[in-house]
Amino acid sequence: MLDYITSYLGMNTTPGQAGNVFWAVVYILVVFGGVSVAVIAMNWLERKALAHFQIRLGPMRVGPHGLLQPIADAVKLLTKEDIIPHEADRFVFWIAPLIILCASFTVYIVIPFGPTHAITDLNIGILFMLGVSSLSVLGVVMAGWASNSHYPLIGSLRSSAQMISYEIAMGMAVVTAILMTSLNKSGTGTLSMIGIVQAQQQQQIWFLFKFFPLGFISFAIFAIAMVAETNRAPFDLPEAESELTAGFHTEYSGLRWSLFMLGEYTAMIAVSSIAVTLWLGGWLRPFPNTLTGETWDLVFSLIPGFTFLGLAVIAFIGVKRMPKHPYFKIQTAGLAGFGAVLGLIGILLFIPPVRDRIQDIFWFVAKVAVFMYLYIWYRATFPRYRFDQLMKVGWKVLLPIAIGVLIVTAILGVVL
Amino acid sequence: MTDPTTYLSHLELGEPDKTFLDTNELIINMGPQHPATHGVLRVILKLDGEKVLGTECVIGYLHRGVEKIAENRTYTMFNPYVDRMDYVAAVSNGLGYCEAVEKLLNVEAPPRAKYIRVILTELNRLASHQLWLGTHALDIGAMTPLFYTFRDREEILKIFEKYCGARLTTHAFRIGGCQYETYEGFEQDVKKFLDFVPPRIDEYEELLTTNRIWVERTRNVGKISAADCKALGVTGPVLRASGVKWDIRKALPYAAYPEFQFEIPTGANGDTYDRYMVRMQEMRQSLRIIRQAVEGIPEGPIMAKVPKVMKPPVGEVYHSIEAPKGELGYFVVSDGSTQPYRVRVRPPSFVNLQALDVMVRGQLVADVIAVIGTLDIVLGEVDR
Amino acid sequence: MEPVATPFFFYFLSGLTLLSGVLVITRKNPVHSALALILGLLAQAGLYLMLYAPFVAGVQIILYAGGIMVLFLFVIMLVNIERSQKEEQFNKQWLVGILSAGALGGLFVLVYTKGSGLFPAVMSLPVENNNTQQVGELLYGQYMFAFEIASLLLLVAIIGAVVMAKKRI
Repeated sequence: MLDYITSYLGMNTTPGQAGNVFWAVVYILVVFGGVSVAVIAMNWLERKALAHFQIRLGPMRVGPHGLLQPIADAVKLLTKEDIIPHEADRFVFWIAPLIILCASFTVYIVIPFGPTHAITDLNIGILFMLGVSSLSVLGVVMAGWASNSHYPLIGSLRSSAQMISYEIAMGMAVVTAILMTSLNKSGTGTLSMIGIVQAQQQQQIWFLFKFFPLGFISFAIFAIAMVAETNRAPFDLPEAESELTAGFHTEYSGLRWSLFMLGEYTAMIAVSSIAVTLWLGGWLRPFPNTLTGETWDLVFSLIPGFTFLGLAVIAFIGVKRMPKHPYFKIQTAGLAGFGAVLGLIGILLFIPPVRDRIQDIFWFVAKVAVFMYLYIWYRATFPRYRFDQLMKVGWKVLLPIAIGVLIVTAILGVVL
Repeated sequence: MTDPTTYLSHLELGEPDKTFLDTNELIINMGPQHPATHGVLRVILKLDGEKVLGTECVIGYLHRGVEKIAENRTYTMFNPYVDRMDYVAAVSNGLGYCEAVEKLLNVEAPPRAKYIRVILTELNRLASHQLWLGTHALDIGAMTPLFYTFRDREEILKIFEKYCGARLTTHAFRIGGCQYETYEGFEQDVKKFLDFVPPRIDEYEELLTTNRIWVERTRNVGKISAADCKALGVTGPVLRASGVKWDIRKALPYAAYPEFQFEIPTGANGDTYDRYMVRMQEMRQSLRIIRQAVEGIPEGPIMAKVPKVMKPPVGEVYHSIEAPKGELGYFVVSDGSTQPYRVRVRPPSFVNLQALDVMVRGQLVADVIAVIGTLDIVLGEVDR
Repeated sequence: MEPVATPFFFYFLSGLTLLSGVLVITRKNPVHSALALILGLLAQAGLYLMLYAPFVAGVQIILYAGGIMVLFLFVIMLVNIERSQKEEQFNKQWLVGILSAGALGGLFVLVYTKGSGLFPAVMSLPVENNNTQQVGELLYGQYMFAFEIASLLLLVAIIGAVVMAKKRI
């Protein structure tokens, strides 16, 4: 038994490939926990960042600077009354959020946080991700239908039509990136997520910059399509409150609605990971080829530690700016404690063994975090597209451009 | 409650396109409580799929009997009630009423009072347009301009508060002039405001004017021709965006407007985008007027000689002003006593709302909300 | 890749497929039948994975479960289903049905027992890394013509759907 556990530690592959069930389960739990924490953090960040875009402060009371607000929200949602509409189909009503949740979480088994830091590496990795994330459309359709009410049904049909339409443009953009993986000596590409990043490493260029501007255009198409795929602004007409239909999750309350929200944020992180892996070089640090050498490696490996130390410094500045009123004692203490934890993590990331292992994961997560911020930025800035304009953009603008880019990339790949 | 289909029977509604995959016609109610109807407005829509075939507005949810109240109050007592009609632009309402009664009494406000009136009214026009912009953008989905415009509107409301004590329902003017002298530092405050605001308006424009999504949501949406506008009696920015250059401040000047130079922005197409541009230009023109006014305020009394107990001679007067939303008219009939015989208010939002039906025929449901926003209606005015 | 717990997964997945098949035909509510079918398709994708055909598994999930079943669900939900729920669950010609099912079953058993030459004793495990590549080479090389015909057929179907459903918005 102990051999089974320790035998994996010497290997250099993902636990899924090694067939080691124990470590696979450990990795799954770690990823699941990490994603849940990320969703909670994303919830907080969205409220704070949106508020700062709108010149207000956002949650400030529940915990220092609103840091405990997501927990308060979760408690509120858990204690709400669970309402099931009168003649709704109970089984379908129950299972719809679960389908979305499971589909969104299942894709995490192939996301590569590093060359061996993944739960497994299917050799159809990207195909698997696209396929399983398209299963969430089923959940949306079922949620609207099971509500037994006119408006959610219309909302869910619109939402699913939008998701299906933009999946096609997404797929074309993904195929363009996959084509680029085959531009190596042996002429074979790969669909596996780790293989795609290794192809970028081998070809010494992030696919974002390959055959400029083709890589960039396909990245842009994917970036737009992924926002539409996850029903976020500016493509959030089915979810908007000021339109006539309030969306497929109208009749859901309490915990069930929170499952929808969880699924939505998880899907956001998942498609951002696809974008990062395919175009932005996955776990590779910036400038792996122009700035090579021991010193540059060292410099870049110190960045994670400095990031957390910087966050700790910001937390301590916040502590200093807290009002000196006795009411704020607990909040000040809490924020100081949070800053101390961040500082500790920062210092921990300076220790060489930890530093080496954490490099890949850090760069991957940092890039995905940039995408998350972009999502919030879009929501603050853009008005909503009307539904017919939305479909027009998906079919008449994105899809032809994606196919065009694919054809030109293929030609260039053969010619060059 | 009567069957909603009977409401629509007298309208000539279009017939839905019939194919063999016929969809049902839908009668949808945008209820009085709705985040996007700017008050308690009920709109009944007859839809064919997504296309609007006809609408019917049900109003009266905010009717408070203001005009009837006027018959039981003296002229000065009625003044505060007037603010509550268009509560967003309360100062203009007060201006129209005071000038109407001054016409009846054959009294003219002194020049200084006129200048103060113009400054406050134009500030109010700016505040009203800023509120319009914020809520209109919010309906279309852009959440952020709302907060920016409300932040800038705060400065105007602070000036009002310092002047007359109230932010929203100001009761700023009296019959015959103004009651309050400008406070210490009024000119400085207004001048500081004039320097502070133009970059903010540029900021709103930057967010929206060339934003592709905004343009696509508002171009060719809610078109109304100039002929339709004139036939329906629509006034204000809606009329001007359809190409008709009619502004009561220039056509039938009142207060101190003849002494100022300003432009009247017009649009070409009469769609939502043009109305947006017209109102943005109007904001800048208001700033121009305020600057000219505040630099040239004459000295002098602020109140004309009006009797304490007002008994206007028997007669009637109709006086209209250019409120931010359109032509706001007061028809005051006096029978010689201290209380008016009849005060009839011609609210711009009430008349403009009739254009809703013409504007949304053949458009999609999502456009109905954009059009209600662009008409800039306030239900307090529509229902009185 | 090392296969893990093959017998368990085989019995589990085939059991799921059979269960979903039974549920599809016995549920009164057509939406429940469609959901059971989705379950069956996903279990089949797992079976393809066990047969070292990952590409086919992936395509099964994307197209069948994620595309065709969504279409089924749309149709079921938009069509009046109350009438179907009141209809009888079993066909009137159940006797003929049982006889033909029995005949088919007998045929299967016959093939399995007598046709032992069809099933080799030991299967050579195909190299799974090449499944996508092999399918690609076959599709775009040997079966190019059939591929193009199939895509043309799909194009015709799309145009037909658009023409039928198009209205002047």
